[in-house]
Amino acid sequence: MMGGYVEGIIAILCINLMFAYGVYLTAASGQLNLGGAGFQAIGAYVAGVCSNSLGFPIFFSVLGGVLGAGLIGFLISFPVLRTRGVYMVLATFAFALVVSGVILNTDFLGGATGMVVTAYTPVEVLILATLLTILLVFWLMASRIGLVMRAVHDDDVVSEIMGVNVRGVQVFAFTLGGALAGLSGALYAHHYSFIEAQYFSALLSIFVLLFVLIGGTQTAWGPLFGASFFTLVPEVLRLGDTEWRYVIFGILIVLMMIFRPEGIITRTLVHRVIMVFNRSGGH
Amino acid sequence: MSDPILQISNVSKSFGGLKVLEDVSFNLTPGQRFGLIGPNGAGKTTVFNLLSGVYAVDRGSVVLAGKDITNLPIRERIGLGLSRSFQNIRLMPHLSVIENVLMGQHCQSSQITEMLKPINWMKNNKWKQRAMETLENAGLKVDPGSTVGELPYGVRKKIEVVRALMSKPSVLMLDEPAAGLNARETSELADFLHEISTRNVTLLLVEHDMNFIHALCERVAVLNFGSKIFEGTPKEVNRDKAVLEAYLGTSTLEASDAA
Ligand SMILES: Nc1ncnc2c1ncn2[C@@H]1O[C@H](COP(=O)(O)OP(=O)(O)OP(=O)(O)O)[C@@H](O)[C@H]1O
Ligand SMILES: [Mg+2]
Repeated sequence: MMGGYVEGIIAILCINLMFAYGVYLTAASGQLNLGGAGFQAIGAYVAGVCSNSLGFPIFFSVLGGVLGAGLIGFLISFPVLRTRGVYMVLATFAFALVVSGVILNTDFLGGATGMVVTAYTPVEVLILATLLTILLVFWLMASRIGLVMRAVHDDDVVSEIMGVNVRGVQVFAFTLGGALAGLSGALYAHHYSFIEAQYFSALLSIFVLLFVLIGGTQTAWGPLFGASFFTLVPEVLRLGDTEWRYVIFGILIVLMMIFRPEGIITRTLVHRVIMVFNRSGGH
Repeated sequence: MSDPILQISNVSKSFGGLKVLEDVSFNLTPGQRFGLIGPNGAGKTTVFNLLSGVYAVDRGSVVLAGKDITNLPIRERIGLGLSRSFQNIRLMPHLSVIENVLMGQHCQSSQITEMLKPINWMKNNKWKQRAMETLENAGLKVDPGSTVGELPYGVRKKIEVVRALMSKPSVLMLDEPAAGLNARETSELADFLHEISTRNVTLLLVEHDMNFIHALCERVAVLNFGSKIFEGTPKEVNRDKAVLEAYLGTSTLEASDAA
């Protein structure tokens, strides 16, 4: 059996990975989503209501959270995609604030006191869902869908000339990205058995976008690295000097942004690693 | 003479108050190699942007193989056989060579079953094979997995031509494909394009290198300040007074007449 401490870290790592892949999908196709916590909150609360009030089995409650967040992702993409650059970032940010505001002011959802979710999901389910999420995104990025997403990221006009339905690709990314963030929220609700609007804060949205950007948006390896790094390194630093760990962590982030502005894991890096691997395999 | 494959009729375009194209018309017959030349700022690239739909036409019409495409959405044009390259290279900088070339075939492989195939994990995928063949035919000896942003200018320029070819176009529009290439590369490119045109691809070329135009084109139109001032064979173009004036300026011509 896993120790409680290790199990706790694995659980939050799984939640963060699924969450990061949700935000990654939009970033990979060139849109920055600073409203990640909003989608995660929708997933958590929809799943919580399905479980508590509607008495759904856990699987269907989680599915409800995924579909709910995906649907909101789909709907919100149309107004958001009318904006560009920093305005898009602000629009998604505002979306998350609205979600949090609605939850805080809805008594049915527990308002500021939060909501207890009685059904419980063990960490093994989180691990399985995380593995499936990673597999799904790696597969997408290995297919023409991923190719087209990355092409839209690089040059939307040329993509359109190549025959790509650019708007369709962006809506797809928001929808599936919302659904994955919703999945992380739905499982969070069922693993920790308690959710409150304060957890799904602006800071959380900022952190998950940082996971993704520092990990790198060009390959599906990026969020795997980014989310693991951001989840595990603070734990490692916790073992040492407590006073300085936030300073060290902050300096690490700044250094990574300076030396790897395109993210730690780039397509070129992955290609080089594969080449070295193939060469040594050939001998 | 056969019916034109591309008919550009009385096309005009302004940006704000600036008239960039004024009543421009010309036709391309199937398999023709057609040059579009003119001084800097004459409006050549704008013609390409109107044909590919990047900008809307103010007045006039564009007809491709009998179908009016003047107001057709951008993304539907490549499927009808219209493909182009760009004056300032516009490859996707973070994609590899082969991925850029694969993008050129998007219009033929956009069915959902094709979109979902994890082609990166497949050794023998027909799209990848076709992309590799076309790269080889174009004489491009590069690692297909390398990221294009890191490749030399001349190589990227060529990859753009290959990408434009992947959609199996009936009309291929190339905007200064020889710019920045050395003499040997330029003559190789001319040979390559010549061979392509024998496979029933109509070429519309914008180019400043007149040797290249002479070597390749059967017919030439000259733009100056947004108007077509001449159309004929490359030989005739050298003798045309209006064209000389456009390129050399009136004063130089008068000066040489006086001398
Ligand atoms: N989007 C735009 N907005 C405003 N003006 C434009 C735009 N695009 C082109 N122009 C102007 O239209 C004119 C023609 O430009 P165009 O790029 O078509 O010339 P060109 O013949 O391709 O020149 P060059 O040989 O230098 O490439 C120029 O004066 C240019 O500044
Ligand atoms: Mg030009």
